[in-house]
Amino acid sequence: MAKVTVDGIEVEIPNGASVLQACEAAGKEIPRFCYHERLSVAGNCRMCLVEVEKAPKPVASCAYPVMEGMKIFTDTAMVRNARRGVMEFLLINHPLDCPICDQGGECDLQDQAVAYGKDSSRFDEQKRSVKDKNIGPLIKTVMTRCIQCTRCIRFATEVAGVPELGATGRGETMEVGTYVEKALSSELSGNLIDICPVGALTSRPYAFVSRPWELQKTDSIDVLDATGTPIRIDTRGGEVLRILPRQDEAINEEWLADRGRFSFDGLKRRRLDRPWIRRNGKLVAATWPEAFSAIAANFKGRIGAVVGDTVDAEAIFALKSLMTALGSENLDCRQQGEAITGEHRAHHLFNTAIAGIEAADRLLIIGSNPRLEAPVINARIRKATLAGLKVAYVGPATDLTYAATQVGLDTDFLTGAERPMVILGRAALARPDGAALLAHAWALANPTPEWNGFNLLHSFGGQVAALELGFLPGPRGLNLAAMMGGGVDALWLLGADGFDPARIGQNTFVIYQGHHGDAAAARADIILPGAAYTEKDATWLNTEGRMQRGWAAVLPPGEAREDWKIIRAASAILGKPLPFDTIEALRGKHPLFAGIVPEAALEAPPPAPLSGEAFAAAPGNYWQVDPITRASETMAECARSAATPALAAE
Amino acid sequence: MSDEPTSFAFDAEAEAAIAKIIPRYPEGKQASAVIPLLYQVQYQMGRQTGSAWVPRIAMDVVAERLGMAPIRVYEVASFYFMFNLKKMGRYHLQVCGTTPCWLRGSDEVLRACRDAGGLKGYGDSSADGLFTLSEVECMGACVNAPMLCIDEDYHEDLNYERTVALIEALKRGERPAPGSSIGRQTSAPEGGPIVLVEG
Repeated sequence: MAKVTVDGIEVEIPNGASVLQACEAAGKEIPRFCYHERLSVAGNCRMCLVEVEKAPKPVASCAYPVMEGMKIFTDTAMVRNARRGVMEFLLINHPLDCPICDQGGECDLQDQAVAYGKDSSRFDEQKRSVKDKNIGPLIKTVMTRCIQCTRCIRFATEVAGVPELGATGRGETMEVGTYVEKALSSELSGNLIDICPVGALTSRPYAFVSRPWELQKTDSIDVLDATGTPIRIDTRGGEVLRILPRQDEAINEEWLADRGRFSFDGLKRRRLDRPWIRRNGKLVAATWPEAFSAIAANFKGRIGAVVGDTVDAEAIFALKSLMTALGSENLDCRQQGEAITGEHRAHHLFNTAIAGIEAADRLLIIGSNPRLEAPVINARIRKATLAGLKVAYVGPATDLTYAATQVGLDTDFLTGAERPMVILGRAALARPDGAALLAHAWALANPTPEWNGFNLLHSFGGQVAALELGFLPGPRGLNLAAMMGGGVDALWLLGADGFDPARIGQNTFVIYQGHHGDAAAARADIILPGAAYTEKDATWLNTEGRMQRGWAAVLPPGEAREDWKIIRAASAILGKPLPFDTIEALRGKHPLFAGIVPEAALEAPPPAPLSGEAFAAAPGNYWQVDPITRASETMAECARSAATPALAAE
Repeated sequence: MSDEPTSFAFDAEAEAAIAKIIPRYPEGKQASAVIPLLYQVQYQMGRQTGSAWVPRIAMDVVAERLGMAPIRVYEVASFYFMFNLKKMGRYHLQVCGTTPCWLRGSDEVLRACRDAGGLKGYGDSSADGLFTLSEVECMGACVNAPMLCIDEDYHEDLNYERTVALIEALKRGERPAPGSSIGRQTSAPEGGPIVLVEG
């Protein structure tokens, strides 16, 4: 530790820390553009100049290590003058187009120019202008605004692991770009928008849409992958305009995957906004009372229920309570027939937790492509590999953005590791030998009470809640496969779009409750319009089993209602009213909502013979995986551009 | 970009040079060889096509060879003026316009290049594909200013007529001897020694 004083305030700071960090520890704000806590230090913007005693000239605090007894001054005439000068230089080539710039109002350059800059420029030469680059359908570039802080270059290279951005040319002709025009091949590209301190990289779908001060901000959780990234939903007039990540060191640091950030336009299209009833083979619009009386007439006999992948814990619990009240144990949430029993929590959780990746020394990935299934977790793995984590994977050859060796299931890769870690993809459990894979992966991870390195990586934000709430067949209950082909007389699908509805028996009466008119809704006899994840106060569990709350940012469209309320209303019609009328009362009925969960016991799954079948490649289409993303025009464009990168560059 | 070739492979001569270059750098630091390898590309293109430049596909080949991302090679190649990223004339005329050469008449050298080479100005290539004209900063030959660098040969003590003669010789396919055009010995005083002449 080194003792330094910042403007007379004494702070203690680890050796090797930068002067900038010392200033922050002392509560002093240091303006900066190129410096970013999660990236390497570039030291090229010069905005963070401070005065250090005995140093003959101002020093760039971000790149200057502290020394014992150092005296730092952040608000002297020299510092103020230096900042003014640097700002004047930065603004020489920066256009005066704030009124038409999408960064306006949340622009570091704008804010710092006001706080630290001069009131006018002495520059009367020609400003330079730079040709805009096409780096894909998500990011709009206005490269004349670029101040060449190189944050985007470092983000792409260091965090996203796709070294495709660079600074070409030199001096005044230096430009940031890909040189050969192409779409960035990253699933984390949206973070470039957040990381760019000026308006050079902005969101293409959000271009010219709104100003930050017009937006209402609601905290929620991204459910389009199982990371459980905390998000902020920005809305105006009942419309979601953009989604940004919030910071959580334990989960996402500050990144958000592109699917979670850009697919919200799918929330405005193909929505179910009123109940529908099938009459004479055709779906016709109906009212809620009509829908409920049709349910009362038909939802009887052998009944079953299936929940989908992005359903909130409250709705799952309400539907399970209803089915229990109706005396049915035919429940399932494993739409692909995954070999998950729900018996032991440790078998279906990401036991090391996401932050635990950094504690592991060896990682074996089995039947999963975290780059496509959970890009933010993949970024965390990449970060750990840079600090020494060794990675191997079982499955088809792929580029995970970090060094990883391809091995077989009989690998001894984890032998001798101090903290071995296994990530098993949920998709792998859908194989016929899924149970055997689970047992094998568990044995490879060899969990101990001190370190359980077995991790199951789920695909969506609703999957763990369904398992934790036990939405699984009871002792005499039917599973999904048994409910298909006429196994039940009536089937309630709660957002269940993850299996082929053609498997449902011809004479099975199907209720589809959900928010999008996808394949399952087309098969339904009754459609109950529900709310998407942005439209409800709800509890979500990510792949770690971490409980998180999201709040409704907008109202569901038209006649659509929050899902637990629909089920509560249906329960009254079906003669088994559920014992809760408010969401608080619902949450009071299950300890999970209070965060009380049983201990994750270290019981090894029963071993079974492996089939030896090769792993299939992960579905290449990262962008279109569920009803929301399939309805999204932005995601469709991403998929098109990924399929034909050359076309995207035109 | 229509001039861009669709493939590039090092020839035997380049490979022989590369085999000497890469072991100069410690294991794992092969990316340090990027500049020498780009020079090899440029030399090879000069040998093979008469136009010494670095096509994009060749930068990809260098990146692949050194295990680095292509963009890192583009960054280096576009940073240094020595690498020509566009198709060049057979002879690269580089006129020094820095103060000493300028004071000694570099404007005349430039005019001679334009007139004799059929060039419009800096950055232009002649229609016959023989010449490309560039302005360069001080190349360290100030004592014999003004100077013109043709590819890698320095031609010094030039004036309009001698520059024209030089270019005419190039057009005839000759390669004039580099150095002072007035027969000065290295950078000794013009007209021979003037001090320490006795004893």
